Amino acid sequence: MALEIDRVTKRFGAFPAVREVSLIVNQGEFMALLGPSGSGKTTLLRSIGGLDLPEEGALRFDGHDLTHVPARERRVGFVFQAYALFRHMTVAQNIAFGLNVRPYGKRPPRAEIRKRVDELLDRMQLKDLGKRYPSQLSGGQRQRVALARALAIEPRILLLDEPFGALDAKVRKDLRQWLRTLHDETKLTTIMVTHDQEEALALADRIAVMNLGQIEQVGTPDELRNSPATPFVKEFLGG
Amino acid sequence: MSDRTDRRLFQPPTQERFGTKLVLGLFAVLYILLFLMTPLVVVFVEAFSKGVDAFLAAVTEKDALSAIWLTLTVAAIAVPLNTMFGLAAAWAVTKFDFKGKSILITLIDLPFSVSPVISGLVYVLLFGAQGYLGPMLDELGIKVIFTVTGLVLATIFVTFPFVARELIPLMQEQGVSEEEAALTLGASGWQMFWRVTLPNVRWGLLYGVLLCNARAMGEFGAVSVVSGHIRGLTNTVPLHVEILYNEYNFAASFAVASLLAMLALVTLVLKSLLEWQFGENIAAGHRH
Repeated sequence: MALEIDRVTKRFGAFPAVREVSLIVNQGEFMALLGPSGSGKTTLLRSIGGLDLPEEGALRFDGHDLTHVPARERRVGFVFQAYALFRHMTVAQNIAFGLNVRPYGKRPPRAEIRKRVDELLDRMQLKDLGKRYPSQLSGGQRQRVALARALAIEPRILLLDEPFGALDAKVRKDLRQWLRTLHDETKLTTIMVTHDQEEALALADRIAVMNLGQIEQVGTPDELRNSPATPFVKEFLGG
Repeated sequence: MSDRTDRRLFQPPTQERFGTKLVLGLFAVLYILLFLMTPLVVVFVEAFSKGVDAFLAAVTEKDALSAIWLTLTVAAIAVPLNTMFGLAAAWAVTKFDFKGKSILITLIDLPFSVSPVISGLVYVLLFGAQGYLGPMLDELGIKVIFTVTGLVLATIFVTFPFVARELIPLMQEQGVSEEEAALTLGASGWQMFWRVTLPNVRWGLLYGVLLCNARAMGEFGAVSVVSGHIRGLTNTVPLHVEILYNEYNFAASFAVASLLAMLALVTLVLKSLLEWQFGENIAAGHRH
């Protein structure tokens, strides 16, 4: 077991965005949080990343309580929906950011940071783009920079918020395949938020279907397709 | 003939006819010439009306130099303080949600809606010899009214909103996701501010500082009330201009005034450069 979400509730004002959600994500698993907009999936993801603080419940990682650990200490790789690349930094500087902000003792030497950045650029097929700025990149390239930046800190878990949301259909399919391959190589525990059932079914090991702040069903793509637990799951996957 | 009818038929709805354009255009140009350009030209013509030597004598005379020095001092204190305040306020207003936010935004704008003379008077009422806090501060040996302290306070009040006003729309548009990304990558709050937030608003900040500085150096009303017009001590450049003028020393008065006019022109050029070069990175570029 890698991540345990234990009866987590998060309200915005009086409105509960996530209601007593419990979920276990296994080590090395690719988990999708699938649901329509407003179902609480992004709020749940942000709670795991430490960007939203749940009012109730607990988060545990490998048995360690994570609930009150600040975002900067969680070592979570977060890929934002609109990528949130640092616009005034080059691609290489973006990727190096997480290493450069480490405190003195823990910061790798400059040469090593550069080596790590080069490796990531290579692996993300961004080889000659290190000196470019985010505004000079295509959507798919930005996406891969965001991923490289998140991976540079050697996260314990990777969180993806609608990673293909801003891309056109063709690029989407290519990147999807590429992301799955990457996951199979790194075996990094991954949670992806999406509203696209096709994407979730094609990519994830298991899917948690969310509706109105709660999880309706958790299962493998086959389980969900063959035996949907609620009418909502049936309808949402059938759509 | 048919060509003409065609053109009229296919005229875009937002296009005016040539005659209308001409009249409106001429009117606009005349208006600008009359109300903006003429005064500026007059300032420089009058400044040099008694020759370059007289001009130089007027701006290097002892009281003029001390007025220039004082204006620079006041701006050097007021502008950095308001820059820090503006950044802090914009940061608080745009990156966080809290009670009383809209009240804070209104308060930031307050100096713009209050007549500068009134703001000066408020300081006199507060810190003057007969004021609420005046006698108390007097016992502590602190004098505000008719001193440089008063000038600085009045200037700070009047130029309060410039930086914050420029930054708030810009930071609102940029949102918080880059800051959040920095946090998840392990940055501390301080690192996030210096490495992400500040670089993202640097041109907008410069723009705000520029406007703030122009106003700080040129402010007359508020400063006039608290200054006491003590020559060589509490006279800023705008006040010095007035004194010279009241003494019928027109050439000298315009000579000193032309310094302020030049400051305005330099500010304008820098401002346009910023808008032209970094339009996307300053809020003013979006307002059109």
